[in-house]
Amino acid sequence: MKITLTVNGKSRTDDVEPRLLLIHYLRETAGLTGPHIGCETSLCGACTVMLDGQAVKSCAMFAAQANGRDVVTIEGLAPAGQLHAVQEAFWNEHGLQCGFCTPGMIMAVKQLLDRNPNPSEDEIRHGIEGNLCRCTGYQHIVNAAKSAATALAK
Amino acid sequence: MATTTAPPITRTKTREPLVGKRIRRREDPRLITGTATYVDDLKLPGMHHAAILRSPYGAARIKSIDIAAASKHPGVVAVYTGADVKDVGPVPCGASLPGLRVPHHHILAQDRVYFVGHPIAVVVATDRYIARDAVDLIEIDFEPLDAVADPEKALAPGAPAVHPEWPDNTAFTYHQAGGDADKAFAEAEVVVKQRITSQRLIPTAMETRGVVADYNIGDQSMTIYSSTQIPHLLRTLVGLMLGQPENKLRVVAPEVGGGFGSKLNVYAEEALMGFVARKLGKPVKWIESRRENYTTTIHGRGHVDYYEIAAKKDGTITGLKVKIIQDLGSYHQLLTPAIPTLSVLMLPGLYKFQNVKAEIVGVFTNTVPTDAYRGAGRPEATHGIERIVDMLAAELKMDPAEIRLKNFPAPEEFPFNTATGLQYDSGDYALPLRKAMEIVDYMKFRREQDEARKQGKLVGLGISTYGEICAFGPSPATPAGGWESAQVDVDPTGKVTVYTGSCHHGQGEETTFAQLAADELGIPIDDVIVGRGDTAKIPYGIGTFGSRGTAVGGPALYYAIQQLKEKIKKFGALLLKANEVEYVDGQCIDPNTGKSVTLAQCAGAAYRAMKLPPGETPGMTATYFWEPPNFAFPFGAHIVLTEVDKETGRIDIKRYVCVDDCGNILNPLLVDGQVHGGVAQGLGQAMYEQAVYDDNAQLVSGELMDYAIPKATMMPWVESSHTITPSPVNPLGVKGVGEAGTIGCSPALVNSVVDALSPLGVKHLDMPLTAEKIWRAANGAN
Amino acid sequence: MIPTQFDYAAPATLDEALGLLAGDGAKALAGGMSLVPMMKLRLAAPEKLVDLGRVSGLRYIKEDGANIRIGAMSTHHDLESSALLAAKCPLLVQTATQIGDVQVRNMGTIGGSIAHADPAADWPAALLACGARVRIASKAGTREVAIEDFFVDTFTSDLQPGELVVEIVVPVDAAGAKSAYVKVHQPASGFALVGIAVHKSNGATRIGVTGLAGKAYRAKKSEAVAADPDKAAAVVAEDVEANSDIHASAEFRKHLAAVHLKRALTSLA
Repeated sequence: MKITLTVNGKSRTDDVEPRLLLIHYLRETAGLTGPHIGCETSLCGACTVMLDGQAVKSCAMFAAQANGRDVVTIEGLAPAGQLHAVQEAFWNEHGLQCGFCTPGMIMAVKQLLDRNPNPSEDEIRHGIEGNLCRCTGYQHIVNAAKSAATALAK
Repeated sequence: MATTTAPPITRTKTREPLVGKRIRRREDPRLITGTATYVDDLKLPGMHHAAILRSPYGAARIKSIDIAAASKHPGVVAVYTGADVKDVGPVPCGASLPGLRVPHHHILAQDRVYFVGHPIAVVVATDRYIARDAVDLIEIDFEPLDAVADPEKALAPGAPAVHPEWPDNTAFTYHQAGGDADKAFAEAEVVVKQRITSQRLIPTAMETRGVVADYNIGDQSMTIYSSTQIPHLLRTLVGLMLGQPENKLRVVAPEVGGGFGSKLNVYAEEALMGFVARKLGKPVKWIESRRENYTTTIHGRGHVDYYEIAAKKDGTITGLKVKIIQDLGSYHQLLTPAIPTLSVLMLPGLYKFQNVKAEIVGVFTNTVPTDAYRGAGRPEATHGIERIVDMLAAELKMDPAEIRLKNFPAPEEFPFNTATGLQYDSGDYALPLRKAMEIVDYMKFRREQDEARKQGKLVGLGISTYGEICAFGPSPATPAGGWESAQVDVDPTGKVTVYTGSCHHGQGEETTFAQLAADELGIPIDDVIVGRGDTAKIPYGIGTFGSRGTAVGGPALYYAIQQLKEKIKKFGALLLKANEVEYVDGQCIDPNTGKSVTLAQCAGAAYRAMKLPPGETPGMTATYFWEPPNFAFPFGAHIVLTEVDKETGRIDIKRYVCVDDCGNILNPLLVDGQVHGGVAQGLGQAMYEQAVYDDNAQLVSGELMDYAIPKATMMPWVESSHTITPSPVNPLGVKGVGEAGTIGCSPALVNSVVDALSPLGVKHLDMPLTAEKIWRAANGAN
Repeated sequence: MIPTQFDYAAPATLDEALGLLAGDGAKALAGGMSLVPMMKLRLAAPEKLVDLGRVSGLRYIKEDGANIRIGAMSTHHDLESSALLAAKCPLLVQTATQIGDVQVRNMGTIGGSIAHADPAADWPAALLACGARVRIASKAGTREVAIEDFFVDTFTSDLQPGELVVEIVVPVDAAGAKSAYVKVHQPASGFALVGIAVHKSNGATRIGVTGLAGKAYRAKKSEAVAADPDKAAAVVAEDVEANSDIHASAEFRKHLAAVHLKRALTSLA
């Protein structure tokens, strides 16, 4: 079947199998490397992307469901050569180690700050509970979210 | 093992050193923009995709395999079964112990499967969806057999034999003793005994394993891209398995999404993909699913330990006897049988008693093999000693801090020789404990605890004082060589590339090694690039595991740079027409004239080679293989304050305080990250994680739906600080920090909860401290 | 990780959707938060998916006299962030915030959740406690069923082949109404080991329990003695055959239900 959607600001049309998962569409068809696959039970959140401005797990939906919609991945979060405040904060606060969960984690923090520009530590932790990280113990990610909130408030 | 006195680290004279600074990482820009290349991001021309059929049974005989339908499925290129690969060498075990029974570990099952997940056949197709579909078309006639998953049940008479040739399911027994434990126990004024377990865990790196193999028919060369911690060892061992000459085998570890020991291994799939690529002359990719990751990538821990501690009434510990039953799983992976021997080495913990008697029984079960998982043997030992010392304190009605302080060796006793044959390099073990006690205001807490108990509240404080053996290690004491390599290249324009044989995958050496190189060469950090993970580019290296990346790879780099500096100075002297020059801030300076030339000028001269210093060769590069004289021994103290809800079994962590001593710190920001992450994995073991096999050897906790790694909401705020006792075994004075948090955490947490429940008569709890377990213990139904 | 093949349709209207669902082997896809993972693990392999994501008129939360009507395709986040619900049926807001995680709440729908009838899902407890009714449509027409009659068994609802949940109707809280949803998370999946919803309105107390049994249920015995939290707690799991797994035994689940019901009733007293 044919689908047309916007990926990181660019419209594209592709012929896909109905069963093609959105994550595979983004990675294999659209050639992106940001969203990752860490599980098959939609628990780890490494595949998180924005669908019409809302964070979703792209491994838990079919590309067909995104037909006509707007998808933003980590690659589209900031204009080329620039960093979004959340990316910058992850960098400054050492909010990542192996980096595998990071693109999804950043999208989750972006979602959180979109909805709640000044979250408490507890709100941050709940905001990222759909994203598993095995490296950081989350503490520097919490710091990164706080720091991004401060930067975005300026 | 002898220690050496380290030369002082040299610093450039005028610049503020980068080492020791809290700088953000240089590897991050690609990671935060999603442009890093992990294995699954690789796309090679004409690449095929593989999917693997695996055993649904813990034990079964394979009566027949029918691949006809799968082979005919449109898009399927090939299907291979055990018969096709029977001549490929076995998955290697690198550990040797006296009398060790080593089952032949084929890369695909032959006539029998030994664990759920055991690979049986591989389908290669043009597309990963097609490959997966065709797996379902393979028909296998199994004859299910009785299986056993519990190591103690496996040792019982009449248990199903995992390997029919060894009906007692015993792979080895191992004994080690130091001093005279029998005498110590005969003379003991008090003896405390406890069965203590360290449950089976699943490492759960967020990136599962994955392999891309490529084969060039023309020159018969193979490239394997694998998510691994040990590219060179993999090259050697997979080369041997496949009969692929090592000089025609390149192994690349691209970006690696976490390892924690689970990628310190050689896996069937790595050789299998090489086999397939060579057979087909095509690149092939296999990406592990999470389900496969849980059923076939190594697990960790799996200890049932029987502890006995002997002491005097004043709290002086005099001896320890431990029997370790190690669940090995069905096969030996790379280091499987060696892991519990590390536990034995660390049985005494930080205490000075000299009488130890240990026995290990290594047991086969119908499960995925256990092997090194963050801490690898040391968390088990630390958990054991720290629990039994708390129990001893309780028996003697002594304060748990006091009993620890009483039994530490004094700072002047270092280097300290332990009952298990180790030499602890340096330390003041009381220091981090006293600091942690100060941070939590120990005496005040104890007073408040008394008050809280009067009100019926269950509040506890748990201490663990841990030591760990790391910076693996002197070569005679490690299975594959314990040294590390480094190479420093200065290109003709003066830019520097550092290659390390360690293979960081999140630890941040791309930054810390650049800090070190920039300091030592006196150049801007932006002029330094750190390369790793590609056997075509770097000298043979050992890899990253056992908290060795910085502690062994760092010194190798340090010495390579010192060597290179001598060469730079010779070219500097040549250019300046001086007898001797000083190297300061990236320049060679003639002390007599004050004239100088830059590193770039020296390098340019070395490559242009119009003229060479006497006895010198062109080029500007140095390679150094560094052999450590000893392990390094980080140590520290963790204190956890908890409150337990008696009705629900819920544990509320009020404070988590850790004071870790990992020697000198190259980058505090990164050390904090290592500690936090380590604590998260220790806390995961203490409270949530357990790999559960049922009586049919089915893995019940086979997905993230049922295996609970900590989420952000489960973690307390970790108050991390340090004491600094430089290690004398290396010129950087570093000790290693990758595993510290994990090792320190679990006993502190369990001790805290046991302390909280002690008014109810609770003396011991095994991990994980699930709500139900706490509730039962708190309500007398242990 | 890879589902089996299926046919896919994305109807624009309810009529069209119902027509497609009347066919053999068709399965409705709402948010997909349970269905898609099951398909990836090949525990489900529907021949045809009818994606409801484009059906107009199924996503709303609106007041209608004494009731609030919630379109089946409203996401958990829609409910979580609804000012109307916060004011007039806060139990649903409290419950929604405790479902899964942010991403799941953005995609998952209330209709899809109850149709799946997961015995550990959160909505059933809350909907039982607030006396919801479920509107069900098919080619044959529309019917309405009380939530208590909707959950039949484990993963089995009252939905018949070709039928679709289209709306959930909950009464507006009476003045002075109080409610609470208390959940003990299964630490790995985030589902409810036990979830207790309590709704007190106009002097009556309704209690919904999830996670404990093969299906969510109304704890009527506890409701009858709700004025005495101890007594109510003692009977909340009476005669219930409780679930047992590696995360919690039946005995512990029953105990947790009692403790949390007692605490909830005490806090609402």
